[in-house]
Amino acid sequence: MTDQPGSAEPEFHPAEEPTPDTFAPVEVGLYGVTKRFADQTAVDDITLRVHEGEFFSVLGPSGCGKTTLLRMVAGFEHPDAGRIELDGVDMVGVPPYRRDVNTVFQSYALFPHMSVWDNVAYGVKRKGIRGDALKKTVGEHLELVRLSPFAKRRPAQLSGGQQQRVAIARALAAGPQLLLLDEPLGALDAVLRKELQIELMRIQREVGTTFLYVTHDQEEALVLSHRIAVMNAGKLEQVGYPEDVYERPATRFVAGFIGTSNILDAEVSGVDGRWVELSAPGVTRLRAPLNGGVRHGQRVAATVRPEKVHLYDQAGEPPSGWCVFNGTVRDVVYTGVSTQYVVDVPGGGELVAFVQNTRRIDDAGAPGQPVRMAWDPDFTVLLEKAE
Amino acid sequence: MNGRRVLAGVAGLVFAFLYAPILWLALVSFNESRSLSRITGFSARWYAELFEDDRVLESLGLTLRLAGASALISTVIGTLAAFGLRRAFPGRGLWTVLLSLPLVVPEVVLGVALLGFCVKLAGIPLGFGALLAAHVAFSLSFVVVVVRARVAGMDARLEEAAADLGAGPLVAFRTVTLPLVAPAVAAGAAFAFLLSFDDVVTSSYLTGVGSTTLPVFVYAQASKRGVSPEIVALSTLMVAVSATLLIAGVVIASRRARASTFVGAIRDQ
Repeated sequence: MTDQPGSAEPEFHPAEEPTPDTFAPVEVGLYGVTKRFADQTAVDDITLRVHEGEFFSVLGPSGCGKTTLLRMVAGFEHPDAGRIELDGVDMVGVPPYRRDVNTVFQSYALFPHMSVWDNVAYGVKRKGIRGDALKKTVGEHLELVRLSPFAKRRPAQLSGGQQQRVAIARALAAGPQLLLLDEPLGALDAVLRKELQIELMRIQREVGTTFLYVTHDQEEALVLSHRIAVMNAGKLEQVGYPEDVYERPATRFVAGFIGTSNILDAEVSGVDGRWVELSAPGVTRLRAPLNGGVRHGQRVAATVRPEKVHLYDQAGEPPSGWCVFNGTVRDVVYTGVSTQYVVDVPGGGELVAFVQNTRRIDDAGAPGQPVRMAWDPDFTVLLEKAE
Repeated sequence: MNGRRVLAGVAGLVFAFLYAPILWLALVSFNESRSLSRITGFSARWYAELFEDDRVLESLGLTLRLAGASALISTVIGTLAAFGLRRAFPGRGLWTVLLSLPLVVPEVVLGVALLGFCVKLAGIPLGFGALLAAHVAFSLSFVVVVVRARVAGMDARLEEAAADLGAGPLVAFRTVTLPLVAPAVAAGAAFAFLLSFDDVVTSSYLTGVGSTTLPVFVYAQASKRGVSPEIVALSTLMVAVSATLLIAGVVIASRRARASTFVGAIRDQ
């Protein structure tokens, strides 16, 4: 994140915020938003822009401030500093019921004393829409979440997944510019989550409303989002497309939080054309694309995703120019699609490789066997060195 | 081995102990003769006589008006207090205790205090006004306790959801908050009515000339002339009214998310 100085050395931030050109105008703008509670800063000077029609996720561990951020956009909490703009209008001081924003709560918060139909109609009626127009809107939104046959039921008579869909229909029926979703799938089991993820994507594409989605589930964020903001301890770590955040994590936190990463402590030993040459214990060759300035002897961290790492036996020769480590297989875990190898590297540390099971299984290395691990250096990502 | 049977027997005895006198009362009230020990035949004559007795009708009228007014006032104030106590403010704990204290103050003491206060200090004449003030005073705590429990158990997210969907504070209160606490408010009102309807001790201090409540009338008659069939019939009626209200109160209070007709009526559209 470029507009967040001080948290990291700027030269190691290859993932710029993507230019907004591909999207319509800014729907939500957060500028230097800060929120403190009694003993801690929940949201710390966050600047973020979400564009019209975007499915934007805020991803982070629980307690990172992402829900507080969402509640400030909804109007339930007020920032101690900074500005929140909706469609270019400053929203600070505007109560929730005057904001063109609706929320899907994690706990659903359906009105227990009303039928599904009345729940969905609630926000529509508040806009003064009655009669046939009301019936039409409610009907369309029940249709959208495929719950038309359940219109007369009470929320308590529905399953968790159905309740969640009512919550989505209720929020969307009110016709918001922006839909806020606070871990909407958090309370559901894994199978239902997958189902509703697909459902959510379909709905978002169908209605075209801007979605601001909060989750702690990295896979969910990668699957659903146009863009992702990764948050930790009240601060933004990185904002980018799912591929950016996954392939080119900006910080050690992002590399560790999203997917599995090999993180190697290394030292800059030289620059060769577009490559930074690195030295580390057990390394035969380690290099990363040059991006910004580095100096000789600088301590850095290099990361590579396990699925980029190829395994060779001692006789095998990786393509020239690749990063190469020698080590000894410690663990082999067969996971169906791939096999996971944990390799001890001399001089400490371990590297993990996910190898697609496209070869016969007995071709793979066994524990105790020496192997070479190699990968295309384009997949090495330099991170700031956390001292 | 026979543990269950023994338990059932004991339970039966307890219920017999509790209800035998009341059942006897109901039975005797329909007795043909004046006898309280020998049933000679079925008749409703004591009830008929009751409704021809002006003193009884007058007391009944007063008692119903008093219970109704007391229930209304204490329910409104008590409900507002329960919502007030929901917000955090300095001294909230103290106020909560102060509001429930009348529940444990002995009624005899409360009666003396109210008598002294009304007559000596405030100059409220004995009779309806003084009775009403007293009944509101001891019913209020009860309403607060009942409504507060419901308010405290309500999901705050529901009101946020209402605001989120465009409902201003008043609309959100009318369409979401009130329907959800309505069962507790109704139960509080039923219990407040009951407390007033049944009260003897406090009321006996504050009854003025020509304004005797029904329980005080029953007590006075029974202690002066002994237990007459008319008094038995009147007592049976009072038990019936009280039991009906109590059951109604419990049923309403135990209804949770299910909408009662009451809720449906005040819900928007």
